[in-house]
Amino acid sequence: MLEANNLEVVYDDVMLVLRGVSLRVPEGRIVALLGANGAGKTTLLRALSGLLDVHDGKITRGRITLDGEPIHRASPTRIATLGVKQALEGRRILAELTVEENLRIGGHSRPRGIKQNLDRMYELFPRLRERRRQSAGYLSGGEQQMLSIGRALMSEPRYLLLDEPSLGLAPLMVQQIRDLIVKINAAGTTVLLVEQNATMALSIADHGYVLETGKVVMDKPAAALLADEDVREFYLGLRGEATAQSFRDVKHYKRRKRWLS
Amino acid sequence: MTEFLQSLIRGLGSGSIYALLALGFVIIYKSTRVISFAQPAFMLAGAVLVSYLAADIGFFAAVPVAAVLIAVLALGVERTVLRPMIGKPVFVVAIITIGVDVVVRVVTNAFIGLDVRQVGDPWGLSTVTLLGVEVQQRYLVMFGTTVAVVAVLFAFFRFSRVGLAMRAVAYDQEVALAQGISVGSVFALSWAIAGGLAALAGVFVATGAGVDQQLWVIALKALPAIILGGLDSLGGAVVGGLAVGVVESLVGTYQGDVAPWLGPNFALVAPYVLMLVVLLVRPYGLFGSKEVERL
Repeated sequence: MLEANNLEVVYDDVMLVLRGVSLRVPEGRIVALLGANGAGKTTLLRALSGLLDVHDGKITRGRITLDGEPIHRASPTRIATLGVKQALEGRRILAELTVEENLRIGGHSRPRGIKQNLDRMYELFPRLRERRRQSAGYLSGGEQQMLSIGRALMSEPRYLLLDEPSLGLAPLMVQQIRDLIVKINAAGTTVLLVEQNATMALSIADHGYVLETGKVVMDKPAAALLADEDVREFYLGLRGEATAQSFRDVKHYKRRKRWLS
Repeated sequence: MTEFLQSLIRGLGSGSIYALLALGFVIIYKSTRVISFAQPAFMLAGAVLVSYLAADIGFFAAVPVAAVLIAVLALGVERTVLRPMIGKPVFVVAIITIGVDVVVRVVTNAFIGLDVRQVGDPWGLSTVTLLGVEVQQRYLVMFGTTVAVVAVLFAFFRFSRVGLAMRAVAYDQEVALAQGISVGSVFALSWAIAGGLAALAGVFVATGAGVDQQLWVIALKALPAIILGGLDSLGGAVVGGLAVGVVESLVGTYQGDVAPWLGPNFALVAPYVLMLVVLLVRPYGLFGSKEVERL
């Protein structure tokens, strides 16, 4: 169980980005984390994987535990070795290295298994096997996303933190990525999925959190979130405009958009 | 023809020195984005160390031992002096490396004294006849050793886990951190490698000539070499270093006959002229990165 308790994160000593966030990622599940731009989703992931330092962020309160052991003071190197691995937003593949080199770098914290993990990744992403000797920069967007996920998986992490894997991909590709996430999860990796594409995320998640301006405002099973009227309106865009009697009813911005606080 | 070949081999020999130094600059630059001006000091320290060690354990044992010791020294400098400066502006860090350079050089100078010290190499100025051309052995040794070192380095960066990690850090530190690579260790290691290479280069400079307090000046010629090759390219550093050596040597040989109006010692300026010409044509150097990008 990967757990955040009352987490408070401050950037540059002044910007309070997370204001007491608690989140539980039970082993073996897919947990979705939704929220608008700037809600703090990526910050939460950075806190979990220890990458806040790079961005001048600090955990000022609260704790993160992995199976009960606190890890919020640990270095990213240590956290990766413990089996929590993040695939960064925007894919961030190393464009000038080959596909295989990218993958091998992902296996840095588990040097013994690199060979069999490479085979495992090529099994999971057959496209990557075809292009293993090419510069990673020449892959298509979807292939780059696969490479980014594959790279994170190379060290056999127990927890995989995915930051917007559907970002900038065609709908077909998004479906493919979604199926892959299910497959990865079925193979025993717990997934924390950060998404703007709420439909996609909730369709595969067991549990979902909605984050808004640094606070968790909803914490429900994915099915309940899917049925929730507010989520349907604000994240799924499903409140039919056709049913609206007057133009006033469609003006989202005039309506309640905050559940707590 | 004989004259040309002799000049060429002399150029490749001294070019090897520049190439080793340039490699050090580039390795540090790639991982930390800082140009370390401490390389000349490590080079001098390496040569001096060999001149002391060689008397006891022999030249061939002294060189690797000195290279390792200087690598450890460079690693120590990085850990103590430069590590606290991570995240500070690159310019500040570069100036600090100049400070490190001065300190290490002053301390080293105390061990040199006023005389020229010998490193005790077996070659001196003796020559060998190669394909009918008489060339100095030391240039062949320098070139051969450099080729071997470069081959090992390139294999290291291409195939080894640590080498790959260093390349990952060079391209994207956050990604490297997310993969569990310790960026701090990579910084330290790149300083160590650069230190070792500088020490080796120092020994090469000293073979046949000896070590004096002005030896470090040679290291400045690595600067046109790295600019020429492209600041972030290892291959460029090697090619740039060799090119600088060869051009300098050829100009030294022929300029007196071809263009005497340029005056004596024009060879010393030639590398910089070459650098300017290359920069006019390719502003990022011969092998500087042209980014591969696809969205």
